Amino acid sequence: MIEVRDLFKYYGERRGAGPLSFTIAKGEIVGLLGLNGAGKTTALRVLACDLLPSSGTVLVDGIDLVDQPHEVRRRIGYLPDTPPLYGEMTVHEYLIFAARLRGLSAQDAEQRAEVVESAAQVEAVKDDLISSLSHGFRQRVGIAQAVVHGPQLLILDEPISGLDPVQIIEMRQLLRRLRGEHTIVLSSHILTEISETCDRLLVLGEGKIVAAGTEEELSKSLIGGTQVDLTVRTDSEGRARELLSKLEGVRSVQRISTRESGHDVVTFRVQAERDVREAVCKTLVGANMGLLEMVRRKDELESIFLRLTAADDKGAPS
Amino acid sequence: MSGALLIAQRELRAYLRSPFGYIVGAAMLLIDGLLFQGYALGAGARLSADVLHDFFYFASGTTMVAALLLSMRLLAEERQTGTLVLLNTAPLHEWAIIAGKFLSAFAFVVLLTAITIYMPLLILVNGKVSPGHIAVGYFGLVLLGAASVAIGLFGSTLARSQVLAAIIGAGILVTMLLLWLVGKVTDPPLNAFLAALALHNQHQDAFMSGLLRLDNVVYYVGVTYFFLLASTKTLEARRWR
Repeated sequence: MIEVRDLFKYYGERRGAGPLSFTIAKGEIVGLLGLNGAGKTTALRVLACDLLPSSGTVLVDGIDLVDQPHEVRRRIGYLPDTPPLYGEMTVHEYLIFAARLRGLSAQDAEQRAEVVESAAQVEAVKDDLISSLSHGFRQRVGIAQAVVHGPQLLILDEPISGLDPVQIIEMRQLLRRLRGEHTIVLSSHILTEISETCDRLLVLGEGKIVAAGTEEELSKSLIGGTQVDLTVRTDSEGRARELLSKLEGVRSVQRISTRESGHDVVTFRVQAERDVREAVCKTLVGANMGLLEMVRRKDELESIFLRLTAADDKGAPS
Repeated sequence: MSGALLIAQRELRAYLRSPFGYIVGAAMLLIDGLLFQGYALGAGARLSADVLHDFFYFASGTTMVAALLLSMRLLAEERQTGTLVLLNTAPLHEWAIIAGKFLSAFAFVVLLTAITIYMPLLILVNGKVSPGHIAVGYFGLVLLGAASVAIGLFGSTLARSQVLAAIIGAGILVTMLLLWLVGKVTDPPLNAFLAALALHNQHQDAFMSGLLRLDNVVYYVGVTYFFLLASTKTLEARRWR
């Protein structure tokens, strides 16, 4: 669906993004992850045909973005970090306007507006002025305008940014609903925000891709596997440690301080090559030990991601 | 063209739904009325044609200011609020965006100018002027309005804020107005060239007197086209920056 080869984007003398080379298959949800200034927005703006690349090739559905920008734009829906909304229009008027701008007839635009109002769950406010909407509704209207013309590719710049926890869950559900119909590229600077939604992550630092893969692959390559913290009620700490150490794929078992009270409660940090939560659970329960809590650690990956991108962040582009 | 008309329609609706369009319109009509009453009608007996000439003279000033105020927001506001990206990522040529923006502000200027018709009609009813004089005078105002909107739109294309857009637009407009003065202190043949470029003095006077001359029409159409083209090229160039 998308093929990017040696893409560079310069703002005058300053490098905004590049060198970037990656491909995204049809139907994938790919997350661009990077700190503020890592070049995510620049890369997305180029993909969305808002900016033209300084050099390199971008093919969307086999069409070159520089040679045939209008053909590419017809295939793309774009939500920038600030939704492009006209406050004096109602939601319904705005969606029809956005659809007609993308070449739909008046009749088709009316039909599509109703479809996306339902998909984005903005039917209740469709006759309200956009200026009166809350941030969450504005974000949904922003997504609705991006999909109103039925694009193959959906580009979302920080779609979850600024939303409250309930709105974040609703936004994830909305993205999952859109998954089958569109190839989606979205960005975030917080790993946990997009790791649940995306099939694959591209980590950007200083405009370049510094790591790529699924969350598990990144986890393996960055911290050599996964980490699980588990709190166990047991009379024998040594026996629990032994059982855990013998599990296939477990590299190390380390006792860490526990937040639970009780003399027989211990917390272990298990480092493994892969996700061993199921095996851990079966083993401990089978050995008649009480498993009080088990958490797959993401903060370690997050902090390594931060170190990885922050190291490249000096003189970083926007 | 449908993209341009869509944009024009939305912009025009934005003028009519916001207080800004009404404030500019009310101020323009108030000032026009005051100047007509205070200066054009004046004290004592005057020829109707002179009164009408003076009306068009004052109206040309308010038309230019209104055109500048209405056009300063066209692209600068979109850039400020982040809505320009909606137009930039739609399958539209830059000229369609510029044409749509221009048409909306131009249509609003024409509407405001048309509302002043009651003043020339008063002269027509109570004095002796030809309808042709009135029609030609308004044609001149409309052409001047088109050129002023195009200049203001160019300023708006360059600037990130509406204030800056107004300053750039006003700078170009005033410079073009004063070219005839510069022409007065320069040697031939440059003086004639500069005077011919001046936005108002040489070209608008004929319209105000009821004379329709092709060279003046061509001049205003040319100025409008030039600044619309410059705006389109500026918008195109921004994608590469």
